[in-house]
Amino acid sequence: MVGELTWSKRVFGLWLPLAAFIVVALFPFTWMAATSLKTNAELYDPKAMPLTIRHPSLVHYIDLLRETNFITWTANTMVVAVVATAISLLLGSMLAYPLARMRFRGAPLLAITVAVTYLVPQTLLFVPMADLIGRLKLGNTLSAVMLTYPTLLVPFIAWLLMGYFKTVPKELEEQALIDGASRFRAMTRVILPLCMPGFISAGIFAFTLAQNEFLYALLFLSRSSVRTVPIGVVGELIRGDAFYWGQLMAGALLGSVPVALIYSFFVKYYVAGLTAGAVKG
Amino acid sequence: MSRVVEASGARAITARAPRPFGLSRLRELVERESVYSWLMLTPPVLFLVAFLGYPFFYGVYLSFFRREVAGPATFVGLTNFVILGNDPIFWQSVGNTVKFTAAATILKATGGLAMALVMNQNFKMKSLTRALLLLPFIVPTVLSTVAWQWIYDPGLGLFNRLLVVSGLAATGVSWLGTPTMAMISVIIVNTWRGLPFFGISILAGLQTIPAELHESATIDGAGTWGRFRYVTLPALLPVIFIVTTFSIILTFFDFQLVYVLTGGGPANGTHLMATYAYSLSMGAGQMGLGSAVALSMVPVLGLLLVLLTIYVRKD
Repeated sequence: MVGELTWSKRVFGLWLPLAAFIVVALFPFTWMAATSLKTNAELYDPKAMPLTIRHPSLVHYIDLLRETNFITWTANTMVVAVVATAISLLLGSMLAYPLARMRFRGAPLLAITVAVTYLVPQTLLFVPMADLIGRLKLGNTLSAVMLTYPTLLVPFIAWLLMGYFKTVPKELEEQALIDGASRFRAMTRVILPLCMPGFISAGIFAFTLAQNEFLYALLFLSRSSVRTVPIGVVGELIRGDAFYWGQLMAGALLGSVPVALIYSFFVKYYVAGLTAGAVKG
Repeated sequence: MSRVVEASGARAITARAPRPFGLSRLRELVERESVYSWLMLTPPVLFLVAFLGYPFFYGVYLSFFRREVAGPATFVGLTNFVILGNDPIFWQSVGNTVKFTAAATILKATGGLAMALVMNQNFKMKSLTRALLLLPFIVPTVLSTVAWQWIYDPGLGLFNRLLVVSGLAATGVSWLGTPTMAMISVIIVNTWRGLPFFGISILAGLQTIPAELHESATIDGAGTWGRFRYVTLPALLPVIFIVTTFSIILTFFDFQLVYVLTGGGPANGTHLMATYAYSLSMGAGQMGLGSAVALSMVPVLGLLLVLLTIYVRKD
């Protein structure tokens, strides 16, 4: 009786809802994969079962790599994401370190400003930003997004790193200073190495955000050779009314793989970064 | 001879003396907490002022001008806001944004709470499950949205095929074809994408509740519902509040989902303020009017920020 009760509790309280959540989360990806691996004849046959594949084929992947600039877009995306992440980590830690560990005039005001800028959405800024990039003559260059992505990333990174920087005891720094180290040396040799998990969290977050960004890339990159994957796929694989679903899904899947791979290696840090704000409050 | 040596030695000393003196003064200055702080802060602050502060205020400035993409700007005062006030599409986009944000946030918050409660049990391969459940949130939004567009396809999309194959409907549903259905479909995609953010954050909150609280509540005679109502929920409120506020901001200002899925249509039925600002400024080339639309979202952001600040201060 008791065993039966816990058994049914296990099924209805855990396995069924869990299965439902997983199915809902993953079916679009299954559909993407199934579509990308079918030939057009099978894809557009209304009698074929939608989620099974009778004749798997890589034709859409081959066409995607041959007929479009997909490889260039992927390379662009990687370069942009790496550079934007590097700039953001550097500027973000320069902002976070004094705010977390030092006393100086204007600190409370600056801390509030950082928190507010973190929550200012790019929707508010894209019109003047487009104008600014146009006047700097940066349109259709990767520099345009390399410069603007850090505006989305620096406040977030600073805010995340402040939490990590605060956890290192002040005594460690004081000891290093007594031992004759300069502040810079104490920072780079003693404090920062202890905050590695914070840098990984912030880096992973920034990297995935930079790879996903759409609005600025849409505004600034209209030439095919400088596009990133998201706007390349949306801008060039959707051709008028005729959809090339096989190629589109192949592109969507291939474009998601790098992000998913990096994420799967660092999922622990990603979750730590994601929940830092909510839990630490 | 020795005097010469002495003299040159003395000269050497006087000549060298100011340099180490100045350097050590400089070093001393840099070692001061406030000086060191501002040396570090200046580059990021300048960067943010140039690329965040300046565009923001330039946007405010633009909203008082009539400015076409190629033409010169003419000062028009509040005319842009008056034009918007009389623009039915603007008001429709405001209504859409509110509906979209409210529905999606409620769905994400309740679904996320459910997900967290289910996940907060012991079972095998928990971290793998958590990683899989987060996938919708980390995959580039635009790419998953394109997949959803194909799922919603009227003729060959997954949903309609499943409906027809299972015999539930003869022709399927026009998912993106009518304003109401399109709005529902857009809300579904936003919920699908944002649910894991709530789920995983609330789960992290659940894991910080000490087990003793539940044990003592059980001893006091609380059942499952009682423990949830009087122990779990109050402990989770701060997390839920912060995650919800974040999510409202992200949803209210959402752009890419609607831009890709419906482009604001049909009949402006899914135009959000963000997509309308885009179509005015980039599509119609009216930068001033577009800025005015974007700017009219600021009060909402301000209100949310004030709420968030009050809440964080109170804790």
